[in-house]
Amino acid sequence: MKRWTLALAATLISGAALAQKSASDGIAEYRAMLADGNPAELFEAKGEDLWKQKRGPKNASLEQCDLGKGPGVVKGAFVELPRHFADTNKVQDLESRLVTCMETLQGFNGAEIAKTAYGRGEQNNVTALATWIAAESRGMKFNLPNSHQQEKVMYEVGKRLFFMRSGTHDFSCASCHGEDGKRIRLQDLPNLTKNPGDGIGFAAWPAYRVSNGQMWSMQLRLNDCYRQQRFPFPLFGSDATIALGAYMGVNAKGAENIAPAIKR
Amino acid sequence: MADPMRIRAQAAGDKATVRVLMSHEMESGQRKDSAGKVVPAWFIQEVSASLNGKVVLTAEWGPAVSKNPFMQFVVKGAKAGDKIAVTWKDNKGDSRTDEATVS
Repeated sequence: MKRWTLALAATLISGAALAQKSASDGIAEYRAMLADGNPAELFEAKGEDLWKQKRGPKNASLEQCDLGKGPGVVKGAFVELPRHFADTNKVQDLESRLVTCMETLQGFNGAEIAKTAYGRGEQNNVTALATWIAAESRGMKFNLPNSHQQEKVMYEVGKRLFFMRSGTHDFSCASCHGEDGKRIRLQDLPNLTKNPGDGIGFAAWPAYRVSNGQMWSMQLRLNDCYRQQRFPFPLFGSDATIALGAYMGVNAKGAENIAPAIKR
Repeated sequence: MADPMRIRAQAAGDKATVRVLMSHEMESGQRKDSAGKVVPAWFIQEVSASLNGKVVLTAEWGPAVSKNPFMQFVVKGAKAGDKIAVTWKDNKGDSRTDEATVS
């Protein structure tokens, strides 16, 4: 009798294990279905166009823009940013660097672009450009230089900011992204204090968000993290967001870039 | 002028699968802006697809279709090298046609 019960219990358990499909499997399946028509492609096409188009007060294209691998080199630039640039003597991420290029090459007002709301006017163009440039490095592995003194400083600052608890809810980035296996509702939260793996976290943005139909750059993604922490919004291209980018980017060394990705 | 569509058409056997990604706001007319005013409806109403100039698909769309819509269909008898053209027209009268070659 006892043996029979045990055998039955074993069958029941294995049956349940087979039928169980975790929520994250379901989400992964949903994402795979959507990925076959990722609207990020529309932004990619637009970004490529904007790169080559003569625009701005100086009527110039961005084809001479130096993204860290020499003027006009786009392939592989994304997986080495943020990095230090000698001409501005600053560590810059992709978006702030693009604004620098739009200012120096095309004659746009960089401060004006930085003040523009995400998804509007020239800011929308910066996102499209970032999407295309990220796509040009699809499948490549992150390898930030992190050798210049300022890059090292930015990494350390980013690390401090990541763990800094503040705001009305006493939150830090690490509250959500500091350990393995955490999730918020049905979303898995990557552990960004180490390499989270291929195409996760820093290696997935810019991404298209299906829920609101918007293309989100890394700057906007970080901004939203701060919103959820009830912090004041960091300014576009602020040192804080670039430091966090440096921290996550260096941590992601060796991870494969899948940006522009698609998100729920 | 509307942004271009992305059209991919791939032949397999005597059929071709066509995937179209359109760039459109697809505003439903149900949303309100920050000032509380209704955002006017703006969506694609008519879609048609043709194979070498002959219409093979027509569709009437409404405000329930998502932003940046994705459409996929299969055309019988399409071979590599054939031309697939897709046209949409929205309720403001704007329209866009893009063409792709079956590969």
